[in-house]
Amino acid sequence: MRPLRLAFAIFVGLLALLFAAPAWACGGLVNSNGSVTLVRTTTMAAYHQGIEHYVTSFEFAGGKGEFGSIIPLPGVPTKVIRGGDWTLQRLVQETQPQPEGLFLAAGGALPAAADARVILKTEIDALDIVVLEGGGTAVGRWASEHGFFLPPDAPEVLDFYADRSPIFMAVRFDATRASEQGLSDGDGTPVHVVIPTTNPWVPLRILGLGAAADAPVEADVYLLTDVRPATLPAPLSPGVASALPQGVRPGLVLQASQQASSSLLADLRSDKGMSWLPTSNVWLSYLRVDARAGDLDYDLAIDASGAGRPAPVAAGLDPETTAGSPGTPWFGAALWASLALLLLLGVAGALERRRAGRPAV
Amino acid sequence: MVRRLVALSLVALAAAACSRAAAAPAVRTVQIRIHYSAFSLGHLDASPGETVRFVVTNADPIDHEFIVGDEAVQVAHELGTEAYHPPRPGEITIRAGETVATTYTFGTRDLLFGCHLPGHYAYGMRGTISVT
Repeated sequence: MRPLRLAFAIFVGLLALLFAAPAWACGGLVNSNGSVTLVRTTTMAAYHQGIEHYVTSFEFAGGKGEFGSIIPLPGVPTKVIRGGDWTLQRLVQETQPQPEGLFLAAGGALPAAADARVILKTEIDALDIVVLEGGGTAVGRWASEHGFFLPPDAPEVLDFYADRSPIFMAVRFDATRASEQGLSDGDGTPVHVVIPTTNPWVPLRILGLGAAADAPVEADVYLLTDVRPATLPAPLSPGVASALPQGVRPGLVLQASQQASSSLLADLRSDKGMSWLPTSNVWLSYLRVDARAGDLDYDLAIDASGAGRPAPVAAGLDPETTAGSPGTPWFGAALWASLALLLLLGVAGALERRRAGRPAV
Repeated sequence: MVRRLVALSLVALAAAACSRAAAAPAVRTVQIRIHYSAFSLGHLDASPGETVRFVVTNADPIDHEFIVGDEAVQVAHELGTEAYHPPRPGEITIRAGETVATTYTFGTRDLLFGCHLPGHYAYGMRGTISVT
């Protein structure tokens, strides 16, 4: 039975963009005592009638300071509202076996870069949310000036996203306010972002921000689309993923791909802000991210039109290297090497068996 | 006569200026750019006693440091508690988008340089200086 931790696996929290915290290290701000830790968040990306509904949840593990994260978005949101109370948990329940009763219990010298433009500001529970438009440098400066601690890979990662979409959502979690509002450790605040776009994608690379290259990144992504989507990278099947040698991380695994049940849709539609969801004919995809941070240099492009042509650019991939292979599996070098090794071992084994069958000379 | 005197004076002044310039120690300027948390320079060769003026430009939206020193200096800064460094020879903080210069006179030992903001040294923001 899968532990609940997988239920909360898309964790923009790993963005490691910590807010100014009490202790100073040599030259920088760090959260030395770890009293405030953004644990993880859950994400659903649904695409219907040209609008991406991005729902994610922020949880915290206590403390008195502030912390936050920055999420790249595929377009300018028209609304950022409090998400429903059970959408994410219900999706987990649909795709992952749960313990009995768990669902019910869940709750200077350079030319100055143009300034980031604040598009939208809102407050949801203990979250202060600002949607920004600007290049990677401008957004990075804005974040630094507003007390975010950006890890050293942030400049490159912000540019990676800004080249595609200059829209970012900065989220500050005020733990003091959370405490005043009675939130306790492990409580989450779901956020629902409504984004009109013709080109939906889900940010994945940013999950590894600030992590060592060999650090594991595990996350879950739920997609709800009108038809069975094609994604880039195309995921592995669970069977192929489980056959990989120990220590090799598959990257992206399609754990479930099915027509959404009527009971799921009814439950989701009854949640706050989810009435836009059709009552039938919705395809549910559950993808598990299991990668090394150093290999996670892509996002998840989605073609929900039925044409089967997810855009390489939307995945942050070079169109030339992926040309002619839309929707085909894309693996990291380590995975290709492992598959080659498996093939080699298979050939060697077959040769050995043939040799063993021959009479001695 | 007056013209000759003026000309001679000018020649004498020029000669004096040249001799002073020749006597002053040469200062080499080394330009370093920081982009995506990486120094544009990974290694520098210097001569014993040479003075180098480092002009460091930070093209990133986050702050960086440039610290010249031996292993002990690098460790001290890695573990240190000084948020921003006052301008000391070979030790500067370069805020996002700024250019800062520091002048350092080398002895006879090989040295290192690096940035010690959290995670930056491990990320690869370091280099070596050979003094030969």
